Order: sequence, then structure tokens, then C-alpha cells
Amino acid sequence: MSSEADNSSMNFDETALTLGLPGKSRPSVGEKSGVKREFSEMVDLNLHKKQNNDQEHDDGSQVEVTEPAKSPASKAQVVGWPPVRSFRKNTIKSCKYVKVAVDGAPYLRKVDLELYTSYQQLLTSLESMFSCFTIRNRMNDGKPMDLVNGSEYVPTYEDKDGDWMLVGDVPWKMFVESCRRLRLMKSSEALGLGNRHTPCYKFPF
Amino acid sequence: MAYSFPVEVLEHIFSFIDSDNDRNAVSLVCKSWYEIERWCRRKIFIGNCYAVTPRIMIRRFPELRSVSLKGKPHFADFNLVPEGWGGYVDPWVLAMGRAYPFLEELRLKRMVVSDEALEMVSKSFKNFKVLVLSSCEGFTTDGLASIAANCRNLRELDLRESDVEDLGGNWLSCFPESCTSLVSLNISCLGSDWSLQSLSALERLVGRSPNLRRLRLNRAVPLDKLANLLRRAPQLVELGTGTFSSELRPDVFSNLSGAFSGCKELKALSGFWDAVPSHLPAVYTICSGLTSLNLSDANIQSSDLVKLISECQNLQRLWVFDYIEDSGLEALAESCKNLQELRVFPSDPYAMEPNVTLTEQGLVAVSEGCPKLESVLYFCRQFTNNALFTIAKNRPNLTRFRLCIIEPRTPDYITLEPLDAGFGAIVQNCKELRRLSLSGLLTDRVFEHIGTHAKKLEMLSIAFAGDSDLGLYHVLSGCKSLRKLEIRDCPFGDKALLANAAKLETMRSLWMSSCLVSFEACKLLGQKMPRLNVEVIDERGPPDSRPESYPVEKLYIYRSVAGPRLDMPAFVWTMDEELALRLS
Repeated sequence: MSSEADNSSMNFDETALTLGLPGKSRPSVGEKSGVKREFSEMVDLNLHKKQNNDQEHDDGSQVEVTEPAKSPASKAQVVGWPPVRSFRKNTIKSCKYVKVAVDGAPYLRKVDLELYTSYQQLLTSLESMFSCFTIRNRMNDGKPMDLVNGSEYVPTYEDKDGDWMLVGDVPWKMFVESCRRLRLMKSSEALGLGNRHTPCYKFPF
Repeated sequence: MAYSFPVEVLEHIFSFIDSDNDRNAVSLVCKSWYEIERWCRRKIFIGNCYAVTPRIMIRRFPELRSVSLKGKPHFADFNLVPEGWGGYVDPWVLAMGRAYPFLEELRLKRMVVSDEALEMVSKSFKNFKVLVLSSCEGFTTDGLASIAANCRNLRELDLRESDVEDLGGNWLSCFPESCTSLVSLNISCLGSDWSLQSLSALERLVGRSPNLRRLRLNRAVPLDKLANLLRRAPQLVELGTGTFSSELRPDVFSNLSGAFSGCKELKALSGFWDAVPSHLPAVYTICSGLTSLNLSDANIQSSDLVKLISECQNLQRLWVFDYIEDSGLEALAESCKNLQELRVFPSDPYAMEPNVTLTEQGLVAVSEGCPKLESVLYFCRQFTNNALFTIAKNRPNLTRFRLCIIEPRTPDYITLEPLDAGFGAIVQNCKELRRLSLSGLLTDRVFEHIGTHAKKLEMLSIAFAGDSDLGLYHVLSGCKSLRKLEIRDCPFGDKALLANAAKLETMRSLWMSSCLVSFEACKLLGQKMPRLNVEVIDERGPPDSRPESYPVEKLYIYRSVAGPRLDMPAFVWTMDEELALRLS
């Protein structure tokens, strides 16, 4: 299989391979230095675990937490590294992966609730994950939400009994234990979801 | 031709040809052999469900009895493939339901399977026998209930490592009393909360399955039920226990020990969730017959592990946590001279400091003591080139070598050099190496070694390695047998990829994420190579909303005769000619 012959027929002249000398660190990979800079910044992010620079590097990472995970002896994680499968993680340390859906977003994420120690940490992380949406943080507000503003999202979760509840109603540990999945719901749809004093609102899923 | 064999004779001869490669070769001899072969092929393996369509498969092979399909790329195991990417089995089941009424076996890996698909399987194929769902998702226990209820001759139900939504109900009781054909049942991935009804349904099912050879239980099955199950199935060859912890009552222990000693044909053991070390001696009576031991769900420490392993002199396969430590591996090397496969998993992969003393020494010891060792998966925190030299020298018979040094870019901890030379020795000495995963600090040099020597390498996994496109160029131009290449976080970009575009048609697939391949190069590749699907996976939004020179987030390239797929989610774009024109 001669790739040289194929090369000539496909006219890859502009992209002709220039062979850098071995040992040379980071020869110009692309003519555009902007590209290179972006990559090395991403690499630095992963290696040195800097604070997540959301504006430039929302690379869709699942668990680039902005606050350190609860145990100081563990580091913030690079997605999918080390390459250990989730079901193994479930055995070795307590680990609770739940799916996160956002109304209007085309994709789901999974988060490990055990990585956080408070609602604030979780919501901050969700916000950075779905950075185009504003997640209304009930912990700060305490006020009834502005239902007219359709761009606000309310974090809700499905508990062990299949009921949909507002995030923040129960103590954190109880929430982690009972949460099966999360959904960031448009504020307009969250009417009727009460706190623990009102009956739970069942959604027809 | 007057002198050719009658069709029936050729068919009979072909019926002895089992391997896919041989069958493929037979079909290329001449037109009539192609025709005869395609009518008598009974088994097919499709490594990428998007490489071909159900219609094409059915058109060519009208009489299949066994179909195996794989969906998502391997890196999906580590959450690198976003949910909703694809790999749906439903269209396949729909088509096969119409075309293959006599289908007997369906084996799926990393596919999305719905309850509806399972119901359709259970109702479309009257003689359905084998269902294996490996790392699949999208279905619930309701789907399993359909299979149990409708598949009269079911022999195998294997849910290994699938993600099943447990809706309660009691699906095991859906197996009719008349179902006595089970040979293999693997439900180890199911949940840990089960009702008493489910447990008793399981007991009855096991009790009426005289051919049951493989039984892997889930965590919900308590230890005090295990003895009962074993007494009902003393013919078991493989057992996965449920939870292995309970109060240590002498009667429970002796009952269990007795039950195990009744299983004289047991060759493989797994499970052991929450294992309490004092219970482990219950299995000692059958240890000498064991060839496979999977302790990767058990938090057992080194000394107890060693006691157990030293009873298992005939062990060929061991999966264990790094709790075994170097000392335990040295003991393994002493006791288990038939060892062929070793996998050591990290007990605390995210800890900054090592929590156990597991280093390169352990693997070196096993490579020295176990002459038949050919398959290694090893997670640790430090390594040296010298250790790799030693392992390569000791074990030229290695066929699979996956080393994961947990911290990316870790150099040889003694010389502080990259591990290029060490891995180079591995590929140079181990001439039959088929699978390799790299880690540690690596420059382009290691890829030069791989391209030069790894001529039988079929699958290569690379992460946080290399300096430039030269690295990728070496691999693509040198590794003749390469089928699957998966790369993450490496500075590989457009040039090597485009210069070796033709190579990609000889491979099953290429995955690249967090590399430096530009959108422009993806478009070019997609335009020039119509038999490749070039998929750009980018959750930041449409690639044309950024400059063309920007690297794409993730890239998945695979050869296909099916053309671009039609079931892509919003964050996946196929770079075919039409799309490229539309976007430019």
C-alpha cells in the first residue's frame, strides 16, 4: 500500500508533511500558532489542575470541578483518566454517577455526586458544564423565581421513589443518597414543584 | 467447469471452516465460491455497526444464525463519548426480525438497546438461544422480562457490565417453569437491592436448570443464599458470587464450605463483593482446580490475597486490585506457574500519593516467574526503562501489554528519562504483540520504535504522549496490522493524518480526542475519502462557528460501505462531500 502514490493523486501539497527532527520539543504542528497555544494551555490545565477557565476551554469535560473534590488527598480529575471503568469505581470508593439532562440541550452528562460536599459545589460545576444556561441557584436567592424570564433554569432531581423534587430541599447527604438523576428544568415548567412541605409533583415521563 | 465439485460438496467442506478470516478468504476465490459461501455462512461478526447496514448484511448473507455487533468506540468506556452518540441496535433487530426467523444468537457490545428491541428479539426468533449484552445500556428489567418469558429455548443470558435500569418487578419469575435449558446466566451487573421473591425465583430457576454451567450473581444475592444455590448446581464450571460478607456464624461458614466442595468442576470464580477475609477459606477446597480468579470487586488486602492465591496453583488468569502489592505478586510468581493473564486494577486511582506498595517490581517478578504470561493490564504509579527491558527480555511471548502509569507523562523515576526505550524493547522483543497501551513520559521516539517493530500490532492506545505529527506518522505508516487506533491528548495534527489517509481505509477505526486536528483537515479528509466516515464530535457547537484551523474536540474516523449515518445527534457532524460544500 503505497501512500506516496495516493498522496500525489490527492494533491496534499499544501499539507505536505514536514518532518521535524526527533527530540525537538514541540515543533510547529500547525502554521497557526494560535492553535498550538490553545492545546498547550489545555494540557497545562489538565496537568496542573488550574482553575477551570470556562470561557476559553469549555471542552465539554464532564467533571472539571471548579472547587477541589472533597478529600484533599485526591486531585481534580481529567475526564476518563486513568482509564478505569465506572462500575469499577463504584466498588473501590463510594461513587455515585447520575445523568444530568438540561431542557433544550441536545446531550446528557453524567456527574459523580460523591465528588461534591455541598449543593453550591454541585451547582457551580453544573453551571460550568452547561455554561450557556443560567442555573438559578435557590440557595442564594430564597425568593420566588422570576417565571417570566424563560432563560432561567431550575435544578430538579428524581429521587428513589420516582418523584421529581427541587434540588436543595433536603440535607446534602440525604440528597446524594436518594438522587437517581438530575434535570435542569426551564423555570416555566417548574411550577408546582414544592419544598418538603408541599406534596411532590409527579411528572408524566 | 466440468471438473469442479458439486455445490453440495463444497458446502459440506465450507461447513468446517469457522473462522471469519478464512470464510472471507474463501469468498474471494471465485464467483461461485462467493455465492456458495454466502448462502452457507451462519455466523457473522461486525466490529463496527456503522461500517455496514442491516440491509447489506441481509442481502449478502440470507441464512445467518448468529450475529455479533459492536457499537460505540472503546473510549466510551471512560466517558469520552457523549451520551446519545449512537450505536442503536433497534434498526438491526427490526430488519433481522423480518429476515432471520431462525436467528439463534445475538451478541452486542457497547450498543444502546431498548426494551422494545428486547421484546422484538424475544418474539421474532422462535429458536433464540443466546443473548450477550456486553457494556450495553438503554434497557430495563422489563426488557429482560420479555426475554425470560418468551424465549423458550434460551441457553445463555449474559449481561456483562451492562447498565440496566432496575424497575423492580420480578423479571426472573418470568422464566416459565418449563424453561430448563439455561447453560449460562450472568446478572452480575444488576443492582444490590432485591426482594425475597426475586431470590426465590432465582433459586427455583437454578434448581430446574440441569445444564447450568456458568452462573454470575449480582451483589444482591446474600452469602447465606449462596450455599443453597451451589447445592442446586454442583455441575457449575464458572461462578460469580454475590456479596461475600455476612455475620460470621460457624454454621453458615461450614455450610458454605461444604457447598463449595460439592462443586468439583468449578474452574472460574468471581464476585466476592465486600469480601470478609475470614470467609475466604470456604472456597479453598476447589482452589486447586481454578484456572480463573477475578477478585477485582473485592477489597481484600495483600496477606489474605496471598493465602488465597497460593491455594490456586493452576491459575491461568488473575484479576485483582493493587492491594496485592509487590510482595503478593512475588508470591504469585512463585505459586502460579501456569499464569497467562494478569490484570491489576487501581484501588484508589485519584489519590495523590500511592496507597499501596505496588511498583514496577511486582510486574517484573511475575514476568520472571510465569513463563506463560502473555496478557498484562497493569495500573501503577512508577516505572523504569530497565523494568521494561527486563519484562521484554523475560516474556517475548507477550501478546497484550497495557501499562497505565497513573499520572500522565511520568518519566522513568530513576533516570528521569522518557520511557521510549523501554516500550521500544517491548515491541522489538515481543514479536507477537497484538495489543499495546502506552503511558508515562513518551516522545516521538517511542512511535518510531513502534512503527519499525510492531508489525503484528492490531490495537494501540495512546494518551498524553508524543511531541509532533511525526509520532502519528510513524504509527500510521509503519504498523502494518493496525486495526484500531485510539488517541487522546496528544499533539498530533493534520499533516500525519492527511499524509496517511489511505491507511485509514485498512483500519476499522481511528479515535482522536483533545488533539490538534483542525476542522479544515476533517473536511478535506471527508471529501477525499468517500469510503471513510469522518465524524466530528464537538459539544461546543457547530464547527463552522469557529475558525477552520481550530482543532476539533473529538474525531472518529471509520471505514464504511454504508455511507454517512442518519442517526447522529446534534453534536456530531459527518464530513462528507455534501456537508463540506454546505459548510464552506
